[in-house]
Amino acid sequence: MTGPAAVAARELARAHAAGERDVIHTVRTAFDRADEVGPGGENLNCLLSSDREAALTAAEALPAGALALRGVPVVVKDNIATLDLPTTCASRVLEHYVSPYEATVVRRLRDAGAIIVGKSNLDEFAMGSSTEHSAFGPTRNPVDRSRVPGGSSGGSAAAVAAGIAPIALGSETGGSVRQPAAFCGVVGVKPTYGRVSRFGLVAFASSLDQVGVFGRTVDDAALGLAVIAGHDPRDATSAAEPVRDHGGERGAPLRGLVVGRPREYFADSLDPRIVALCDRAAETLRAAGAEIRDVSLPHTALAIPAYYVIAPAECSSNLARFDGARYGLRVEGDGLSAMYEATRSRGFGDEVIRRVLLGTWVLSAGYYDAYYRKAMQVRALIADDFDRVFAHGVDCLLTPTAPTPAFPLGAIADPYEMYLSDVFTVTANLAGLPGISVPAGRVDGLPIGAQLLGRRFDEATLFRAAFAIEAALGEEAHR
Amino acid sequence: MTIDEAGLRRVAALARLRLAGDRLHALSSQVGSILEHMAALQAVDTANVPPMSAAPTAASALRADDGEPLPLAIPRDRFAPAWRDGFFLVPRVASHEGEPTGDA
Repeated sequence: MTGPAAVAARELARAHAAGERDVIHTVRTAFDRADEVGPGGENLNCLLSSDREAALTAAEALPAGALALRGVPVVVKDNIATLDLPTTCASRVLEHYVSPYEATVVRRLRDAGAIIVGKSNLDEFAMGSSTEHSAFGPTRNPVDRSRVPGGSSGGSAAAVAAGIAPIALGSETGGSVRQPAAFCGVVGVKPTYGRVSRFGLVAFASSLDQVGVFGRTVDDAALGLAVIAGHDPRDATSAAEPVRDHGGERGAPLRGLVVGRPREYFADSLDPRIVALCDRAAETLRAAGAEIRDVSLPHTALAIPAYYVIAPAECSSNLARFDGARYGLRVEGDGLSAMYEATRSRGFGDEVIRRVLLGTWVLSAGYYDAYYRKAMQVRALIADDFDRVFAHGVDCLLTPTAPTPAFPLGAIADPYEMYLSDVFTVTANLAGLPGISVPAGRVDGLPIGAQLLGRRFDEATLFRAAFAIEAALGEEAHR
Repeated sequence: MTIDEAGLRRVAALARLRLAGDRLHALSSQVGSILEHMAALQAVDTANVPPMSAAPTAASALRADDGEPLPLAIPRDRFAPAWRDGFFLVPRVASHEGEPTGDA
C-alpha cells in the first residue's frame, strides 16, 4: 500500500507534531493517491468531491502543538455536512448542495487536526448495500474492480482500502459501515446508538442512524472514534457517557472474556469457508484466554423483515423534506403539489423511491398495526435476545459480518436479495448495540470480515477482542 | 402480497411521487414482492410485547435551553433573498391550492 494510509494515524499525528514528517507532504500524498485511483486512473469513483487547495490551506493553518489527528487525512461520507465541500447524499435532489453548517463530527475532526481530503460516494441517502445506487455512478472495490465495495458507505471503505486516508467516516443504519469494511478488507466500527452525535448527518432512519468509523487498522478506528465520540447538546439522542481512547485496549488480557458464537449466524447454508475463517478468528481469542460459548439469538431470522419495515417507514418521513421548496433540486410544475411530485420523482433514484413507497405503505391506514407496530414489537424481541445473552455472562459475540464476499457489480437485481446482504448486521442497529468488523482472511481472494457485537456503550470489550484478532492473524487476515 | 397499480398510485400520491406507467408497474411488483417477505412478522406472537420505537440510550431529550448559537458559514440574513425585522422574505412558491375561490 502507498499513501498516508500506509502509516498508522496515531503515528502520522505524532510524527507531524514532532517535526519528523511534513503535514503538507502527507496531504499532497493523499491527494496524489486519490488522483491515482480517480478518473483517468483506476477510476474507483470513491470520492464525489475534494478540494486540494482548501485542504492544503487547512494544513498550513494548523495550530502548533500535539493534536490527536494532527495532519491526518480523513475522508467523510457525503451524507455528513461539511462547510467547504458539497453534501449531496449521492442524490440528484441535493446535487451541488452546500450546507451552511457543519456536522459535530466534522468539527471534532478538524479541532483534532484532521485534514478533510474528500467526500465519499454512497448509495443514495445511504440506502443500499453496494454503493451501486449512487446518482453519480457506482464505486468499485479496490481489491477487485469488477466487484462492489459494499454499502452504503462504500466510498469511505474504498478510500481507506485504496490508501487515500487511514481513517474515514461512514454512517450506519443497517450495517453500512461494517459490511463495506468487510468487503474491502478494512476495519469498520458502528458505535452504540447515542455514542456519537448525528448533528449534521442527513437523516435516513432516525431510530437507527449512527455515525461510524473506518480504519485501515483497529487502532486507526479506535483513534477516529475517540475523536468524534461524546455528548453533543445538538443531538437529543446523544448520551453523556465517558469517552475513552480504545487504543489502550491493544494487548489487554483476554483471560475471563466470554465470547458468544450465536448459532443463527452460522446456518448450514453459509459458505463453509466463511465459517472456517470466523472460527479461526474465534480460535485466536480462545488461544489468548477467552472462552468461546455457543449461544442462541432465536429471533435473528426476523431481523430483515422488521428492519425493512422500520427503516423505510422512518425514511418516508425523513425524506419528505426534499420537495423542491427548501433544498437543492426544484422541478417546476403546475401548482405546488405538481412541483413537489415532479421534484421528488425526478430527483430520487429507484431504490429511494422503492423505500419511500414501502414506508408510506406500511404507515398508511389499515397497515400500520399489521406492519409497523408489529415490526417494532419484533424489534423488542430481537433486543431482548441480546440482553438475555449478555445477562448470562457473555461479554461479546463473534459472527461473520456478511454472508458473502463482495459480489460483482450488477450481479444482484432483486431488491430483497440485496437486503439479505445486511442479514448479520441489522440486528445491532435494531438493538442499538456497538459492532466492529475486522479482516479475518479471504475467500477466492476476496476479503471476509469477522464481526464482534457487544453491550451498549461497551466498545472497549469489542476493541480488546478486535486488537487480539488483528495481532494474532497478522497478514493472514489479508490473505 | 399483491399490490395493484391503483393501490400503489394512491400510496405514491401520499408520498408526493408521480410514477409513469412502466415505472409504476415495475414498482408495484417489487414492493409487493418485498412485502411478501414481511409476512414472516405476522406469525410471531407479540401479544404481550411492547413496541420498541428506538434503542434505549442514556440520553436525555431535555436540557437547559441555553445552547450556543449554531455557527453558520454565512450570516443568517443572507439565507434569504430579502430580510425584514428578523424575518425572511421569500418569493411565493405557488398559489395556495384547494382554497375556496370567488367572493366570500
